[in-house]
Amino acid sequence: MRLLEIYKKLYLIRRSEELIVKHYKENEMKTPMHMSMGEEAIVVGVVAALAKKNQVFGTYRSHGLYLAKTGDADKFFAELYGKVTGSARGKVGSMHLSDSSKDMMFTSAVVGTTIPVAVGAALANKFLKNQKVVAAFFGDGAINEGVFWESLNFACLKKLPILFVCEDNNLAIHSPVGERVGFKSLGAVVSQFYCHFEASDTTDVFEIYKKTSEMLKKMKQTGRPGFFHLKYYRYLEHVGTDEDFHFGYRSRREFLKWKRVDPLLIARKYLLSARVKESDIIALENNVDRILTQSLNKAQEASYPTEAELFTDVYGS
Amino acid sequence: MYMAHRIITFEKAINEAIISEMKRDKRVFLFGLDVTDHKRIFGSTQGLEIFGNERFFGTPLSEDAMTGVALGAAINGLRPIYVHIRVDFLLLAMNQLVNMVATASYGSAGKLKAPIVIRAVIGRGWGQGFQHSKSLQSVFAHIPGLKVVMPSRPHDAKGLLISAIRDNNPVIFLEHRWLYWTEGDVPLFSYTVPLGKSHILRAGRDVTIVATSWMNVEASKAAEILSEKHGVEAEIIDVRTIYPLDEVPIMKSVTKTGQCIVADYDWEFCGFSAEVAARVAEKCFNRLKSPVKRIAFPHVLTPTTRPLENAFYPNAITIIREVEKKLGLRRADLRGENFYSWENRFKGPF
Repeated sequence: MRLLEIYKKLYLIRRSEELIVKHYKENEMKTPMHMSMGEEAIVVGVVAALAKKNQVFGTYRSHGLYLAKTGDADKFFAELYGKVTGSARGKVGSMHLSDSSKDMMFTSAVVGTTIPVAVGAALANKFLKNQKVVAAFFGDGAINEGVFWESLNFACLKKLPILFVCEDNNLAIHSPVGERVGFKSLGAVVSQFYCHFEASDTTDVFEIYKKTSEMLKKMKQTGRPGFFHLKYYRYLEHVGTDEDFHFGYRSRREFLKWKRVDPLLIARKYLLSARVKESDIIALENNVDRILTQSLNKAQEASYPTEAELFTDVYGS
Repeated sequence: MYMAHRIITFEKAINEAIISEMKRDKRVFLFGLDVTDHKRIFGSTQGLEIFGNERFFGTPLSEDAMTGVALGAAINGLRPIYVHIRVDFLLLAMNQLVNMVATASYGSAGKLKAPIVIRAVIGRGWGQGFQHSKSLQSVFAHIPGLKVVMPSRPHDAKGLLISAIRDNNPVIFLEHRWLYWTEGDVPLFSYTVPLGKSHILRAGRDVTIVATSWMNVEASKAAEILSEKHGVEAEIIDVRTIYPLDEVPIMKSVTKTGQCIVADYDWEFCGFSAEVAARVAEKCFNRLKSPVKRIAFPHVLTPTTRPLENAFYPNAITIIREVEKKLGLRRADLRGENFYSWENRFKGPF
């Protein structure tokens, strides 16, 4: 396992978002931020286990997924600042981060909507026999959507090479699962489909990496889709860069419980226990910090798209 | 040059376009609910089993997800054709269509292409009622990112469908049920009719009729009678593509005739007819001898019983009477004229 490389992605995501928190109130990033803090182990662990050519689809909460898959902080910050150097020339912002040249395929701000698209991508991959696997990331709110069940049904029916990754933070915006779900457990239902199901509440990136590698093996052996139900805790408010415990819909105590198993904290501990030198870790962290400062500065200084770009790319050539 | 002209049906023309494109390009595949059953979408998907069940397959009743599947396949390099036996079912997929399919190119700054054709059957049939008869072209054309095509002749059905399949954008292809058994001259070889080009279906000097889909059939019949009874020559412009709209021939024609009727096969309120009327008013205001007249559906739901259905749908007689009013002509005696010729041929159940 590439321990340091995996830790580097966790650190990159966390520090990028800390920079967003620091600068968001300057009001220069004019885009709704749905922060990834707390979910880093899932996106980094799954993406690290996927081959580079494998494709991922995400949601409006995809800062983590985008950086895990592309590692491209320059285009990331430029997109948040609405600059022409952004991942989509500054025209789509935080909720639609993608870069298909790096197989970070598409993200969407309407819950559940990239799931069938990921299934279609898997259908094409199977047809093209290119051995690519697709991973579809979505929140637990998406399982309330009809299109989720339609997509799961079709993927299992057609035996498509797709890994469904339900990132469950127990909340759809502010509604807890008890107000939204009329069945006992997602696992009990999904297990009835022709797919491999596994649930976990670990925040250990290396464990998720291992689970994903095993899942991919099973998928390859049987040709059936995989399904992960992974729990995490969303550190910040649904949208925005603040904490929101004072509103009372969730408690700080619960947060502090999860904070004790913070993905970065336990990954760093693991590295030390695996005899990675602390000086190497610090050097890596400093390096990432330097890169991020540069990315942020470049984004701030870059140009906005010209007015002519209002009319480009609505239709493809 | 050998011109392999033949008279075939609209249905056969659609079928030929699909087969020739699936032979030409292995990335093209066709799917949809019941496309593989014994009825084969009124015959239009006949014979496709030669391409195998990876390129020709039926689907679960999952219109929204299947539209997303089409998009996913398209951005990975395939060219899906997704078929709905009635456009009303496409409403189940409006989320994928509007939020996803139409946005893939823009949302990726042009990196993703969405070459998808969505075929849907529209319009009147055999007492179809309010959930099996819609057209909705203005709904789709309202959405940036989509193209909307409505052929009225077998020749255009084949050529436009081939263009739509080769286009790198999502194209909504709306086929009127009654057109399926109309016949026309269709070359055997493969050819394209470009998207975004209107067609002058009939040349004339006195009045411009801008028509969509089935209304071209009604307008043609009306023009024949207007010529015979009044010596009035109507110019019919079949727009063929709702978006992108080729308005140049419309403006040229109105500049010549000074009279404009828009006959749209859809609801009038907020419909495509309003768009054309507004554009003609903006661009040809000082050429117009009378206000633009719209002929379209009233703002009510489609009835089933035949007498009310007849009152709901405008037809050749509606067009004749409006032209007479516009030009200050006496009402011609239409007794003995043979209308509804296709409707007389059309029987149920669907």
